[in-house]
Amino acid sequence: MSVPGSGILKGLVETARNFAGSYVSPERLVTVQYPEESLPPPENARNFPFLVYDEDPDKGLRCVACKICEKECPPQCIYIVAERDEKGKVLKRPRIFDIDISVCMNCQICAEVCPFDAIKMDTEFELSRYERFGALLLHKQDLAKSNEYYRRIHPTEAAEVDARLAEDRARQQAKAAAAKAAAASPAGAPAPAADKTP
Amino acid sequence: MNPVFFILAVVTLAGALGAVALRNMVHCALCLAVTFIGIAALFLHQGAQFAGLVQVLVYVGAVAVLIVFAILLTRSGDARKGVAVFSRSWKTGLLTAAATLATLVAAIVNSPGLLREAPRAPELSVRQIGLDLMSQWLLPLEILGLLLTATMIGAVILAMPEKPSGEPAPGPEKGARP
Amino acid sequence: MTAASIDQVFVNAKQALLSLLPETLRPGLSMAINAAAILGTFALLFAVATLLERKGLGRIQNRYGPNRVGPFGVLQPVADGLKMLIKEDILPRQADRVVHFLAPIALVLSVLLAYAVLPFGRNMAPIDLDAGVLYFFAASAATELGVFMAGWASRSKYSLLGAMRGIAQMISYELPLVLSTLGVIMVTGSLSLVEIAERQAPPAGAILGRWFVFTPWGLAGFLLFMTAAVAEANRAPFDLPEGESEIIAGHMVEYSGFKYALFFMGEYLGMFAASGLAITLFLGGYHAPFAFLGWAPSWFWFFAKLLALLAVFIWLRGTLPRLRQDQLMNFAWKWLLPMSLVNLVAAGVWSYSAAWTLPGAGFVRWASCAGLLILPALWLSRGWRARVGPRVYRYA
Repeated sequence: MSVPGSGILKGLVETARNFAGSYVSPERLVTVQYPEESLPPPENARNFPFLVYDEDPDKGLRCVACKICEKECPPQCIYIVAERDEKGKVLKRPRIFDIDISVCMNCQICAEVCPFDAIKMDTEFELSRYERFGALLLHKQDLAKSNEYYRRIHPTEAAEVDARLAEDRARQQAKAAAAKAAAASPAGAPAPAADKTP
Repeated sequence: MNPVFFILAVVTLAGALGAVALRNMVHCALCLAVTFIGIAALFLHQGAQFAGLVQVLVYVGAVAVLIVFAILLTRSGDARKGVAVFSRSWKTGLLTAAATLATLVAAIVNSPGLLREAPRAPELSVRQIGLDLMSQWLLPLEILGLLLTATMIGAVILAMPEKPSGEPAPGPEKGARP
Repeated sequence: MTAASIDQVFVNAKQALLSLLPETLRPGLSMAINAAAILGTFALLFAVATLLERKGLGRIQNRYGPNRVGPFGVLQPVADGLKMLIKEDILPRQADRVVHFLAPIALVLSVLLAYAVLPFGRNMAPIDLDAGVLYFFAASAATELGVFMAGWASRSKYSLLGAMRGIAQMISYELPLVLSTLGVIMVTGSLSLVEIAERQAPPAGAILGRWFVFTPWGLAGFLLFMTAAVAEANRAPFDLPEGESEIIAGHMVEYSGFKYALFFMGEYLGMFAASGLAITLFLGGYHAPFAFLGWAPSWFWFFAKLLALLAVFIWLRGTLPRLRQDQLMNFAWKWLLPMSLVNLVAAGVWSYSAAWTLPGAGFVRWASCAGLLILPALWLSRGWRARVGPRVYRYA
């Protein structure tokens, strides 16, 4: 039979040990002193989208202004206008690419529907601003971030994307080479098998 | 008249008036508490420490709270509309009160006690009251204690839930939730 | 400066201040100075206590606690106070304006009145009433009305529930609170707190003070008193009236800004007052624990003991989970109340056996008193675990 009140004493000893221990061994303290120190976000963390570029922040954008993400975005926070040349012909790059992150709901649908791996999810979360409207509307130059940055924040996912893009490029080069070879060879030759592979 | 006494008297009477005349039951109860406190302060002002402190302890700490609880548990404290503050028989009440007051005043004024020299009030310390209660007045005190205990046991018996003999306590079946 | 002059420094300062004034004003001003000193000291202690509590609770839970405002967060109470002051004072539309306004004032007032009889140091009791203990309980009896006024005037079911719980709890725990002090009154034969404190001074030649907590009935009385005082102050584990996780903040739910701060001030001041009474009754009042420590001023010992008891309050809050309503009531009426009555008997046995001179009488005295307390405690606790176990809710 346990003595009445022994449970209370046991609890008091436990809390006293915590109290004293937190002064002696700092590893007990679970608090992260946030502005001074912060935990790295987990690899699959995501909040707002950004645009990936290779080499050049403006010319190197992977985005081709196809507007799929604009159409798919549930809260419609993306606004895209494609670049046109002097003759008015639509070019395959955006002139305006705005995301209103005060509207964005971090759903990642834009990143999932993009056929060009041009829009990906960022992990940057310290986004507080003093203005309510203008400061949270991000433009093309704010959104453009390098592929190296993408590799840094999402290493696994970026490696997959890079491999896929490299494969696509290799296939296209093979296709171009085959087309060149077909043009060089006499007409009526069978088409190269590369077309049929998925 | 001593100004302190005057202020205390006004507070006490105002509380009493509020307790009678206000429409909201809870307000009346709170006014009554003010009256109790005023009476206690009057006791203290007259040098009757024990009476004053016990007045606060018993009347403010227990009786006022009991009244408040009774109001809360029986009916809402809200005033009902369309009910006059004065009852229909207020004239009779006034007459009765006046007659009682007149009788008392007449009896007091005519009593031979007024003609005698007033005896000096005894010096009553709390210690003296305690010693007297525990020696000279021990038997009445014990009898009072017994009476109060009996009252309390009676109240407990009244409040006990009545269980029909041989049957388990009533309770809804499992899943018979409305 | 001698030890005696440091001990009496506040008394002498007040006398010096009063001697500057004309004779007729002195009694009134003396009271005003006392009141101002109590208000200032304990309001400051309230601010310090909120910080210590948050820091202590943090450390108990392996956190830092507030450490942002000022070095180590010492200015946190200032920030809290400013926040409370500049917050909007919200009055519910259906609320009873006057009663809603008066409730926090009534609460704080009745708690503050209780301080008038506590001896904070040698010659430092604001009033040395003959019936000091009686006055203390009489003054703090009115807090229940304050709680009720707050709960009723808010016109919210949460605040009304909180007030009902609070009043029921305060009435139930006032009984063991008063009864546990009766042993001391019986042994000293006085209701004056100053005399009770003086009776616990270390006798000439002895090392250890004659604190009542060093006797079996005194220890039991102290534990019973502190348990009841925790409940009376609505502190965890008896914080059902406040019950943040179920009825939000009980009777305080419709209060904001400074009135809310007043309720908290009332809670803390009640805690200090109860601790002060416990110190005076059981822990030797303003006397040093050992005769050779008597050089430290008496007010230092009083406030050191007060802070120690405050630490116990915080420790308990950081450790124990909140009781259920039925557990609370069962504990008060079926355990605390009988035990405080038994303790009264033990105190009687102790004071009647003081005259024993037989060899070994001291041991027999100790053993009989301790047995008189421990056996009923065990008997009352039998099957307690089964009784406080999971409860079947009939109407849930």
